[in-house]
Amino acid sequence: MPAVEETLDTVRDATQGAYKWGFETDIEMEFAPKGLNEDIVRFISAKKNEPSWLLDWRLRAFEAWKGMEEPRWPAVTYPPIDYQDAYYYAAPKQKAAPKSLDEVDPELLKTYAKLGIPLKEQAILAGVEGAGESPADGRLPVAIDAVFDSVSVATTYKGRLEKEGIIFCSISEAVQNHPELVRKYLGTVVPHTDNFFAALNSAVFTDGSFVYIPKGVRCPMELSTYFRINAKSTGQFERTLIIADEGATVSYLEGCTAPQRDENQLHAAVVELVALDDASIKYSTVQNWYPGDENGKGGIYNFVTKRAACRGKRSKVSWTQVETGSAITWKYPSCILQGEESVGEFYSVAITNNHQQADTGTKMIHLGKGTRSTIVSKGISAGRGQNTYRGLVRISPKAKDARNFTQCDSLLIGDLCGAHTVPYIENRCLTAKVEHEATTSRIAEDQLFYCRQRGLSQEDAVGLIVNGFCREVLKELPMEFAVEAQKLLQISLEGSVG
Amino acid sequence: MNSVSPAGNAAAFLHRYAGLAERLPGASVPAVRTLRDAAAETLMAAGLPSRRVEAWRYTDLSPMLRAEFREALTPVDGDVELPTARAERRAVFVDGRFRADLSSLDGLVAGSLAEVIETVAPRLNTVASASQPMVTLNTLLFEDGLVLEVPEGTDAGRVELLSLVSGETAATVHPRHLIRLARGARLVLLETAVSPTGSAHLHNPVFEIEVAEDAVLTHVRVQREAESAYHLAHLGVRVAEGGTYDGFVLNAGGKISRSETHLALLGPKAAAHLNGAQLVAEGQLADTTTALDHAAPNCASRQTVKTVLSGRSRGVFQGKILVRREAQKTDGYQMNQALLLSEEAEIDSKPQLEIYADDVKCSHGATAGALDEDSLFYLRSRGIPADAARAMLVRAFLQEAVEIVADETAREALDEAVAGWWAQHGEAA
Repeated sequence: MPAVEETLDTVRDATQGAYKWGFETDIEMEFAPKGLNEDIVRFISAKKNEPSWLLDWRLRAFEAWKGMEEPRWPAVTYPPIDYQDAYYYAAPKQKAAPKSLDEVDPELLKTYAKLGIPLKEQAILAGVEGAGESPADGRLPVAIDAVFDSVSVATTYKGRLEKEGIIFCSISEAVQNHPELVRKYLGTVVPHTDNFFAALNSAVFTDGSFVYIPKGVRCPMELSTYFRINAKSTGQFERTLIIADEGATVSYLEGCTAPQRDENQLHAAVVELVALDDASIKYSTVQNWYPGDENGKGGIYNFVTKRAACRGKRSKVSWTQVETGSAITWKYPSCILQGEESVGEFYSVAITNNHQQADTGTKMIHLGKGTRSTIVSKGISAGRGQNTYRGLVRISPKAKDARNFTQCDSLLIGDLCGAHTVPYIENRCLTAKVEHEATTSRIAEDQLFYCRQRGLSQEDAVGLIVNGFCREVLKELPMEFAVEAQKLLQISLEGSVG
Repeated sequence: MNSVSPAGNAAAFLHRYAGLAERLPGASVPAVRTLRDAAAETLMAAGLPSRRVEAWRYTDLSPMLRAEFREALTPVDGDVELPTARAERRAVFVDGRFRADLSSLDGLVAGSLAEVIETVAPRLNTVASASQPMVTLNTLLFEDGLVLEVPEGTDAGRVELLSLVSGETAATVHPRHLIRLARGARLVLLETAVSPTGSAHLHNPVFEIEVAEDAVLTHVRVQREAESAYHLAHLGVRVAEGGTYDGFVLNAGGKISRSETHLALLGPKAAAHLNGAQLVAEGQLADTTTALDHAAPNCASRQTVKTVLSGRSRGVFQGKILVRREAQKTDGYQMNQALLLSEEAEIDSKPQLEIYADDVKCSHGATAGALDEDSLFYLRSRGIPADAARAMLVRAFLQEAVEIVADETAREALDEAVAGWWAQHGEAA
């Protein structure tokens, strides 16, 4: 099998340099001391000037966490994590608001430029006074909230959104300005005792995004959060809370990168979505944390809890994720379909190359009448990557006429990788209909031959076929993201042609 | 170890062992004693699995662990009423003991395990893994079993294995059956497990099956024990190059019944069929669990399992297919479907693929739902009464699995069991 030989060769010499977001920014940072204890939790809470109820909540979560064990059931292996050997708070040092881009820390600007954020947004993100609120080049605006290590550095297009009554800010700001909303919803979808990593996050979360879309409002632009882990030995624990009130609609994008480092860094985020009657939330993620080098050294441990509550009638939540980064991914964006006729969707592409490991999937919990869910998962394994789809579809006796369709396809490139499927299907309702299908295969020789015959290089041919394999998922992404995702697929598979 | 007082959920079984150790077959064979003592230690340390054990998350054994069992006290030569024979050659086990007087094994290399225990001792727990809880329990207490060898190139035809638990006491029986087919041999093994209504026994058979090069074993199990019984079977199967294991399990009885098959395809071009059907009525739980290990290239596996649920019942299907790195060109197919006939029925299924080879074709599918209204309407509109239409659709649903069985007699036995079940439970459904 010459193709496999070629794969092995190219995997060996590619990869380095393939991760172009691997730079590190040298910015003056403020750290809390290393380690995790009650004082750190209090320190974070005090630093954020939080009300006492939130501090109490954090402390309860910390108490619970101390008694919990790290989950061992995912099909991933990693050395034990020393939770005392990390910084739980790191923030870029704040100065007085700069007057123009010239006054902004050039390192921060460089970071934004490298990340491909346009200058106009750069100015806003850097906190330049009076930086524009309307898009300079007439293209569709995207409001961005950038989270640098633990802290949200800036949010763009705030004014424009405020006109519609939309709240889009960092969660720290929301705690100060809209405490009633935060208190009403925080922890109601993912309780502080939910699981090991969610409890840890609840105790030490430092920032994240907060979105509230009022009744009947359709958010006029895509909302986006950009996460970046920069400082060494930090964990990133962001917390995102999105509430779509009755009849509201919002599309939210999330992107992430991190510098290239030899050590592993922990990212344990919690995302909570609440959709009330007739509300609709579309949550798209392009996850591109540093995956480690070709020998599996370094990279991010991405242990994330994402869950949506479709509380209202006819509410809808759609998760779309493209997972190309991280050394280890442990993530199951889920939907609790409580409201009658509510809809949950999960579209996922997960790629593992080199030594990456991914254990990802979804849970669809059908509680209400006529609830529907769709799961489309595409896993691609190359190099020595291990890719697991793990999902649960549970239909409760009350979920009359519920409907689920699940499709999990895996593609193997090379003979040292693995692809696994672990679906759990629990049906307790007579009138529900549940379907699941899964396939595993490799790229067919005849498909490759067909492309090669038409003059495509081996690499382009594989790229084309892989993009076709993922098309059902990629078409769910907002346009800008879809383009980026396609490029990412190509880069992630560089050198793994088979 | 008998000096230690047993605790935990397996205490009753350990007590039994402590009392029986000297009387069980192989008591004077050191190899057997070692195995039994090791099993006792495992059970003492780990107990029997709770739902926290991943492989048992859907099947809760606690009703069985609360039940009180006694030693089977049936006389070895008492009269028993046997179901009609389905084959000329027949091995009959009553309460787990081989009954030579009721069996006819002419021309076969076959007999009672207890009689040849010294010879077969080295083979015990070599195909079935001692780490599996039901194998551990069986190792502790096995009292007899069928040893059957089919010599090289021989077609042994059809043999019936009948297990009857008389049900006079709530007995526990733990037969150990060793089946071996030499190169190019053939056998159709038709197994029936029955017990009288109301019997609350535990039947815990363990099979160790070896299929050598180019041999073909058809193994059809029809489990129709009492609705109050516990049936926990474990089948360990090894198939060599070019060999075929063609298995079918019908789970139609028992309060809790689980049929667990662990099969390894060890040589190129070996094949496995692990088909089955489960008929589950009020108060019952039926579980088909399989683990298929593709350890050699160019092997094929096929699996179709159908479950029909009525009343307050529960069906479980867990099917794992492991494809090892060396198992290139594997062709694996698995389908499990459940038909719910009542509001209170529940189906839990967990098909699972674990694949390490790239040049493979593997797929699985799972569906669960009620009878199709359109199909019912179609039949009704042609003048077929509702009851008959439902019966027809249920039969058709099961037929897809049953018709895969090539052996006509075996298929008849399955059809009969299905018809019997429907006659008893169809109305309630």
